[in-house]
Amino acid sequence: MSILVDKNTKVLVQGITGRDGSFHAQAMQEYGTNVAGGVTPGKGGQKVGTLPVFNSVKDAMAETQANCSIIYVPAKFSSAAIKEAADNKIPLIICITEGVPVNEMLENYYYVQDKGVRLIGPNCPGLISPGKCKVGIMPARIHLPGNIGVISRSGTLTYELVYNLTNSKMGQSTCVGIGGDAVVGTGYIDLLGMFEKDPDTHAIVLIGEIGGEEEERAAEYIKGHMTKPVVSFISGRSAPADKKMGHAGAIISQGRGTAKAKIEALNKANIPVADCPSQIPKLLKEKLKITGSDHLISARE
Amino acid sequence: MKIHEYQGLALFSGYGIRTSICELAKTPQEAAAITAKFGGKVVIKAQVLVGGRGKAGGVKVASSPQEAEARAKEILALKIQDLPVEKVLVAKAVNLLQEFYMGIAVDRAMKKVVIMVSAAGGVDIEDLAKNTPEKILKLYVNPLAGPSDSELDKITARVFVDPVLAAQAADTIKKMYRLFIEKDCSLVEINPYAKTAADTLTAIDAKVNFDDNGLFKHPDIEQLRNPEELTAEEVRAREAGLSFVNLDGNIGCIVNGAGLAMATMDVIKLFGGNPANFLDVGGSSNPGKMVLALEIITANKNVKAILINIFGGITRCDDVANGILMATAKLDIKVPMVIRLVGTKEPEGREILVKAGHVVADDLEAAVKKVVGLV
Repeated sequence: MSILVDKNTKVLVQGITGRDGSFHAQAMQEYGTNVAGGVTPGKGGQKVGTLPVFNSVKDAMAETQANCSIIYVPAKFSSAAIKEAADNKIPLIICITEGVPVNEMLENYYYVQDKGVRLIGPNCPGLISPGKCKVGIMPARIHLPGNIGVISRSGTLTYELVYNLTNSKMGQSTCVGIGGDAVVGTGYIDLLGMFEKDPDTHAIVLIGEIGGEEEERAAEYIKGHMTKPVVSFISGRSAPADKKMGHAGAIISQGRGTAKAKIEALNKANIPVADCPSQIPKLLKEKLKITGSDHLISARE
Repeated sequence: MKIHEYQGLALFSGYGIRTSICELAKTPQEAAAITAKFGGKVVIKAQVLVGGRGKAGGVKVASSPQEAEARAKEILALKIQDLPVEKVLVAKAVNLLQEFYMGIAVDRAMKKVVIMVSAAGGVDIEDLAKNTPEKILKLYVNPLAGPSDSELDKITARVFVDPVLAAQAADTIKKMYRLFIEKDCSLVEINPYAKTAADTLTAIDAKVNFDDNGLFKHPDIEQLRNPEELTAEEVRAREAGLSFVNLDGNIGCIVNGAGLAMATMDVIKLFGGNPANFLDVGGSSNPGKMVLALEIITANKNVKAILINIFGGITRCDDVANGILMATAKLDIKVPMVIRLVGTKEPEGREILVKAGHVVADDLEAAVKKVVGLV
């Protein structure tokens, strides 16, 4: 098992004829993901590689019965793309696009909720269940199938941590990038709950950063609801106040959202926080109280 | 993006919110002329993009044009949190019979727009929130629905008591909310929102911030941008699509991805170094971006060594390597560079750099230790 995506995931690519959309549609296919086709208004009937292009999500759904959509359209059109996917009841929508205005995202958040579907992102790298399915832009070869769940607000920092895990032979069940914006469709707590229930996930790495209070809330949740070990890394210890550090959501404002506050909250919930990415495998091993790491990948079928 | 009080007040007027009578002055003489035109007492207020101007001596009262000239001269000579005061707002003095606070922002945790109203206005709202949070009434709004009249009436009746004032305040909140949504604001705040006569409330101050991601929809707001909000390097970086923040250390950093860029700075600090900047080159494979990034970094005279940390996903290591070679050919880089390269097209990227005589690391901590040892 894994969470959210696996061998049964059938993916639609919104914005498939764009530079990123076409490149990653094919990269996902090469990884073994079942990509059913894509959507670009006005380009229905064309092909991207072997993949059919449709004019609308509705047309695409009629033909493909996809159960997941990944969005690569420019920020200007992202909210419309999210709503179109939600209107067609695609149960899992992943928005890669960076730069969606936060007020639009607030609307999208309730819009998808009303339709009963799940949104991941925006401004995220997507997700991967190694060996089964990749719906995102992450470099596939750094991953290894296994039993560590990874949740992160950042893209390349997640790769850095996964790279350290894989180098220590600690495979991953599912890695999810939730996105670096102030308001995202799915947060830490939703995913922690899913990992807790997933029999193939034995421990979780929670990667956070400055801004907001999501990590503090996650710490509270872990204390009350999780039996599986969680370790963490928080970036932005050296970030100055009131400056947006790249991600729209990564800002210390009015003294809130500091790395220090997050680390304290996590430590209080008995979650060790690594000083640098390379310490994560060691912290996990300590938490799992095992000597070797074979046990972690042996459960994989 | 932040704007000045005078720009915020002009936006308020455009939305039909009553504001104090005021005019902008760039010189003491202009301040005197405006005071003469208004007649009577004025308040002269520094226009800076940071808070705390009152405590810094940036707000003064004057009773005559001569006095206004002298006070404006003092204020225009000030630096508030390192920012020089270049403009003052001259406002006709009014009676502040009672001071209220009204603000609209996004509550990240609640995922709602929050309307905040308080009868304890005029003071630092952050202090108020910390010390006596019960004095701020909050109304959470689902953005799909907007605030309802009955909810607004309830909250304003509690804070303003007098029905005439409460109705005025509710009307002002609706206008603030419209501005907040229509212009993609991240904050719309009036502090103080003052009772200036028995039946009149007036916006004495205006604080309006915008979501940078929404600016593409609002060329009128983009025009309000103040160059002093960012350093010259930050402006250049922004125009080129790089995220850049100046810091006070001596190790220049170029990293792809915001989270990894912050983590790289953190690891530099952990090993006793001091980063000169935050720079996220983004997920592009355009070698030109690397040239520009190195140009910006090397323009900073404090930089004694450079660390380039790339974890290729969308970004290809061979493109990064070519960008580095283009930059070293174009720029005369006098400080040592440590390059760490992993991910997509790593062997190709590595080969390009090694052939050109660069040493390439694959371990982040080893690279950081090396660069810290160089400064």
